[in-house]
Amino acid sequence: MADITYREALRQALREEMLRDERVFLLGEDIGAYGGSYAVTKGLLEEFGEKRVKDTPISETAIIGAAVGAAMDGLRPVAEIMTINFTLVAIDQVINNAAKIHYMFGGQFRCPLVIRTVGGGRRLAATHSQNLEVLFAHIPGLKVVAPATPYDAKGLLKAAIRDDDPVVFIEHSLLYSTRGPVPDEDYVVPIGVSDIKRRGRDVTIVAYSRMTREALIAAEELAKQGIEAEVVDLRTLRPLDMGPVLDSVARTNRAVVVGEDWRSFGIGAEVAARIQEEAFDELDAPVLRVSQLEVPTPYAANLEKLAFPGSRQIVEACQQVLNIQVGAPVAAG
Amino acid sequence: MSTERQEAVLLPHQQDKDHLLDLYRKMFLIRRFEERAAEAYTQGKIGGFLHLAIGEEAANVGTIVALRDDDDVFTHYRSHGHALARGMDPGAVMAELFGKTTGVSRGRGGSMHLASLEHHFWGGYAIVGGHIPLAVGMALAHQYRGLDRVVLCIFGDGAVNTGAFHEALNMAGVWKLPVVFAVSNNLYGMGTAIERSSAVTEVYKRAAAYNMPGRRINGNDVLQVEAAVRDAVERARAGEGPSLLELVTYRFRGHSMADAELYRSKEEVEQYKARDPIVAFRRRLEEQGVADAGALSAIEKEVEDTVEAAVRFAEESPEPDPGTIFDYIYVNP
Ligand SMILES: Cc1ncc(C[n+]2csc(CCOP(=O)(O)OP(=O)(O)O)c2C)c(N)n1
Ligand SMILES: [Mg+2]
Repeated sequence: MADITYREALRQALREEMLRDERVFLLGEDIGAYGGSYAVTKGLLEEFGEKRVKDTPISETAIIGAAVGAAMDGLRPVAEIMTINFTLVAIDQVINNAAKIHYMFGGQFRCPLVIRTVGGGRRLAATHSQNLEVLFAHIPGLKVVAPATPYDAKGLLKAAIRDDDPVVFIEHSLLYSTRGPVPDEDYVVPIGVSDIKRRGRDVTIVAYSRMTREALIAAEELAKQGIEAEVVDLRTLRPLDMGPVLDSVARTNRAVVVGEDWRSFGIGAEVAARIQEEAFDELDAPVLRVSQLEVPTPYAANLEKLAFPGSRQIVEACQQVLNIQVGAPVAAG
Repeated sequence: MSTERQEAVLLPHQQDKDHLLDLYRKMFLIRRFEERAAEAYTQGKIGGFLHLAIGEEAANVGTIVALRDDDDVFTHYRSHGHALARGMDPGAVMAELFGKTTGVSRGRGGSMHLASLEHHFWGGYAIVGGHIPLAVGMALAHQYRGLDRVVLCIFGDGAVNTGAFHEALNMAGVWKLPVVFAVSNNLYGMGTAIERSSAVTEVYKRAAAYNMPGRRINGNDVLQVEAAVRDAVERARAGEGPSLLELVTYRFRGHSMADAELYRSKEEVEQYKARDPIVAFRRRLEEQGVADAGALSAIEKEVEDTVEAAVRFAEESPEPDPGTIFDYIYVNP
């Protein structure tokens, strides 16, 4: 076990999979000579050469489209789209090609492709700070992964590269420098398995990506008030593993769902709907959502701070589902 | 149709002393403004991405001054220079970089998203290539309404590899729209040298594909740039359709403030710095007897004061009122 950053964990996963399988190659903007815009791919061009680490033109449609074509021919491309905002330029290739090719031709073709991209951001204004995971999570035929820890990031990226279906792998720009333990030996974290990151009996907090960290901070805060929150990290958004969420709700009878995306039609809406469909009788309170304010992200620091959710909003939502007055002192017990 | 390299023929008014000094003043203003913005960034007063055009001032100024006041500008995220050359208030531009309510986009957009309706400055856009179709659409509207306004659309060499560039230029060519496409070819898109991203590295040659004139201009010579853009603008105004101008230039600083510049050598940068367009123009003005050193220093002093006042204005301006966070999402909420 070594304590490494999320960035380093991702780099290790790419490197190990490239060593393990000749068919794995990387393509994307500024992943080579520049060193990767978030430095995840730094050093890989030097180690593997231009055949396996391809700097591309600013041509997202061709990056993803070419990756689909190469995947159909049996390669295992890992296409990096510099940020999730730029996947919109190529959304046709993702949704109309990558997600459809196996089904539409009756299962004859496969598309073992990974699209690595990054959500989140600070002070980058409306078009560069978006959390668009729900666009992909909506689409049958895609798998969508959004890890919160270095351990999960490495294990899930390896699983994604070995998977025979297209995987949209969503990193978070504010997680790259966070650290955590990662085993020295080879391992994968299976796609489609949620994970309980903290045990607690009073309320279930469901989160993913950076919001899992915020949820854990909120849980510490709540613990000081005598409230034990359980934190379930979805890790994969599609296919969604509701098992641990429902088990948890059966014990706590209350749930708060946290996403950094916008509230309407978001991940929280889906999870809340599934809880009420599958565990209605377990609930003692309505399921609450914590999410970004429904505004394009403002640049001004003070407005941006209001727009993004964090541990404070999670604490308040938990107090609310427990019917505790916000701000009032809470009795221990 | 010409797709030859050309020296632009200088225009009569370009001999005019006041005009020449105005060009110098504008270029020097951009340089000082950006140097001060860089300082403010390192002090944490500006956040997110800050893209400087230091080294590209001749291209910034030469393009904009060729327009009539009621002509229109669309540009990208590296556009402090375009805004200042257009006569937008340096204080209001700096305040936007600081995220203040007095900023040109009311603190919502930041450095990448400058705009001013009054100046027919229709915005800086940060999705590479994304604004090129908008410029074409505005040119279509001018043609439709029988107006003689011309649209200037500015972008970088990296943007020419997007689908949006191809689709938009073809449409402008088919409909003979009054739009001038000006590429600031600074030889790199982020860390990717043009030879590594473009099959045809002489951008002006692409004009042939859209049946419009293409010209390659020394983008570090403000007079050459102005003359070439004026030609293209007059052509568009006369109903003869669009043009593609390639302004060859160089950025002295990194792509943004966070760029280790691993992709180019210090020697290369020094070589270009030795041919600084502002220094060269200053020398020319002195040699041709347009102004002596004293007169030029006086202009520089005045610009310094303007920029200091702009920084002070930005610092002293208030942040946006939190109560306005939901403003401007809809015209009719
Ligand atoms: C569609 C899209 N892809 C990628 C990016 C990230 N990005 C921002 S600027 C840039 C380089 C653009 O280069 P160029 O057009 O030459 O303009 P320059 O920055 O050199 O002025 C890249 C890749 C983006 N903003 N939008
Ligand atoms: Mg460029």
